[in-house]
Amino acid sequence: MKKNRKLLALALALGLMVSLLAGCGTQTAATPTPTAAAPEAFNLNVCIASEPNTIDPQLNTAVDGATLINHAFEGLMKLDSEGEIVPAQAASYSVDDTGTVYTFTLRDDIKWSDGEPVKASDFVYAWQRLVDPATASEYNYMIDMVVNANEIMAGEKDPSELGIVAKDDKTVEITLNNPTAYFLEIAAFPATYPVRKDVIDAKGDQWTFEDYVCNGPYVLTDWSHNEYMLYSKNPEYYGVDSLGPDTIKFYLMDDTNAMLAAFNSGELAFIDDVPTNEIPALKEAGTLTIEGQMGTYFVCFNTEKAPFDDARVRKAFSLVIDRNYIVDQVAQGGQIPASAYVPTGLSDVSPTDDFRAVGGDYYSVKTEDYEANCEQARQLLSEAGYPDGKSFPAVEYMYNTSEGHKAIAEALQNMWQTELGVTVTITNQDWAAFIDTRHNGDFQIARHGWLADYNDPISFLDMWVTGGGNNDANYSNADYDALISAVKTSSDRTERITKMHEAEDILMADMPVAPIYFYTDLYMINPNLQGFYSSPLGYKYFMYTSMAA
Amino acid sequence: MVKYILKRILMAAVTVLLIACITFGLMNMVPGGPFLSEKAPSQAVLDALNEKYGLDQPVIVQLKNYLIHAAQGDFGVSFKMQKNRPVTTIISELFPISAKVGAIALVFAVLIGVPIGCIEAYFRGKAVDNALTVISTIGIAIPTFVVATMLLILFGVVWKVLPTVGLTTWQSYLMPCFSLGLYPMCYVARLTRSSMLDAIGQDYIKTARAKGLPTNRIIFKHALRNSLIPVITYLGPLTAYILTGGFVVEKVFSIGGLGRYFIQSLLNRDYPLIMGTTIFLAIIIVTMNLIVDILYKVVDPRINLTKGVD
Repeated sequence: MKKNRKLLALALALGLMVSLLAGCGTQTAATPTPTAAAPEAFNLNVCIASEPNTIDPQLNTAVDGATLINHAFEGLMKLDSEGEIVPAQAASYSVDDTGTVYTFTLRDDIKWSDGEPVKASDFVYAWQRLVDPATASEYNYMIDMVVNANEIMAGEKDPSELGIVAKDDKTVEITLNNPTAYFLEIAAFPATYPVRKDVIDAKGDQWTFEDYVCNGPYVLTDWSHNEYMLYSKNPEYYGVDSLGPDTIKFYLMDDTNAMLAAFNSGELAFIDDVPTNEIPALKEAGTLTIEGQMGTYFVCFNTEKAPFDDARVRKAFSLVIDRNYIVDQVAQGGQIPASAYVPTGLSDVSPTDDFRAVGGDYYSVKTEDYEANCEQARQLLSEAGYPDGKSFPAVEYMYNTSEGHKAIAEALQNMWQTELGVTVTITNQDWAAFIDTRHNGDFQIARHGWLADYNDPISFLDMWVTGGGNNDANYSNADYDALISAVKTSSDRTERITKMHEAEDILMADMPVAPIYFYTDLYMINPNLQGFYSSPLGYKYFMYTSMAA
Repeated sequence: MVKYILKRILMAAVTVLLIACITFGLMNMVPGGPFLSEKAPSQAVLDALNEKYGLDQPVIVQLKNYLIHAAQGDFGVSFKMQKNRPVTTIISELFPISAKVGAIALVFAVLIGVPIGCIEAYFRGKAVDNALTVISTIGIAIPTFVVATMLLILFGVVWKVLPTVGLTTWQSYLMPCFSLGLYPMCYVARLTRSSMLDAIGQDYIKTARAKGLPTNRIIFKHALRNSLIPVITYLGPLTAYILTGGFVVEKVFSIGGLGRYFIQSLLNRDYPLIMGTTIFLAIIIVTMNLIVDILYKVVDPRINLTKGVD
């Protein structure tokens, strides 16, 4: 009897477990949505990020937003799969002899997704909207080389005075203050894409949600907020026949483990982020793609406050950073140890030369030279009045809360303490507070990172001019300022690049920042997905993909 | 009863108002703001943004304006997370998703949790009780994210029998609802068991036994009703939290619900969204508490609602 009771109990318990789990397990027949369906319909499922903050071309500042905008809109120029800037909505363009007047002739066959023709005035409206203070666009400075842009942004002139005019329905003429080497790239930048005045006038801020009229290869046909955005081919697009997927579904996810699970289960053909702790295993398995990215991870010294008002101290702190250790053992994402501030991937005088390769290393990042670097650092610290780190005040390193930044902070703390004999504490703040603190100069050493807006080293160098809005190091050097100012007004490519190398020489001699590594872009892609490409700014292009059987 | 309810509703309104004011104050005291980013916007842009969204006013004026607009049903637009989208639209769109998953999880928790508790009490000290106790204790001890991740890996990745992303088919509800409901189910079972044991020891149960009523009738009819009060007390706030979204479950299964907005809006300093989600949660909690108090009366007629308030 007793035995029977026990058996019964066991059976009950088991039955309960099974009934609970059975609810989950009996649906074997229902398979997840396949990535590639019948050959005539190719529905691509990808994940690049979570819900975008905005998909308004003039308001967006994010990389994921730019990818979404690139699928729905097209500018005067665009980036092709070879990485070249080629005419897009413009059929052709010409530049006058001074290099300051660009004339774009629009294609005849371009239409908005509601069938209206795309006119030159649509570009004029979008560019004026970008600099209009009422729009409050954070990327308005992207076109600060256009005549009157700075005055309009400062509220001194009316947006209608911007140096862009519609000569007729098909001709856009843009006048610049100075010749700008990377201007065509600006004409391919999402913030400069055309938008429809009548739509925005009618819908106001709600237009992206209620009437998202666009002129690019795809149209947003379904948006389930926080879940997915479904893009379908835009039948009005002139190049609709050469497009790949019939639909592209951008899943909106923010959990990297969930992304990886969905990729492994075959539900997603592309994920733009992976869990940091999985990187070594994924690298080993060879399923992870690592691409260079135009960006630098660095620490920023507050050059106005002792002890970091002394360049020798800053240099000492920079030299003892074992960049190889951080890249290989901590970050583990295939990053490149930084031997300078401007990262790899930006063009030099000849577009085929790399600015970084020409500029060379400012200190050795070879493993075998690390001991010598440390010796030199101790020497510098001693010269600054702190032999063996004695009497050096305790300093604080601040980073924004994140597992990855924390691991690097701990490594840095360890290197500084062991090699220099100084005391370093580490502290963190959440992102919004951190940005505020760093911007206000309430720090001694802070984490920093910078990604390029366009392929020109000035995108990195002009932030350190005296009083610059992003100059959180409060760095100031008159020679540096003069060089940057000369670069910004020069039209001669050789002269510009030479001066930028000279500016970087000064920057690295003063060392207001200690570069750690150059960023990489990590993603996973289904090996059968062909025709995918990405830009050095991290934008992803799915419109010409196909799925091999 | 009606007087009591009216009084409670009035108190609830005052509570929500207080919560709104305190949240508004705290939110503005936290350093950082919604418009800061790695690439610092120019002062002109910042000024334009502050003016556009009314942040150029003193905090007390902002609060006054907010309350006046909120009273008219206008809770402002999101500053950042869904830039320029009305907060009411965002909440009314996301809440049903969270509520659906939450409601299923809740029903599952109660419908299975309560009977398990009864069975445990019925077999007190026996093997069945011990086995179920072990299982429910494990269910309470394992954090939701472990359950959710394990299910995701087993059913989604290894066996590939259930979808891992979003809520498209009914199968996609299984893992999220189970993960969300497991803890409350086990907790409800434990609660039911202990209060049931209390009830079984009462005189009226002895009377029922003496009258020769069958045991299952005693347990499920007479004892259960009285042992439900602690469960109902627990269910009030639980319902509020579970309906507004399980943050972890929504994250792991990529469900576009309200849950993650509670935390994300704060990290983004998306002021109107912080206010909107907080006030919304506050309203649900005070409502649930009211319902719970009324339910007490239903399960136990001896409870006098008007007493103690007057």
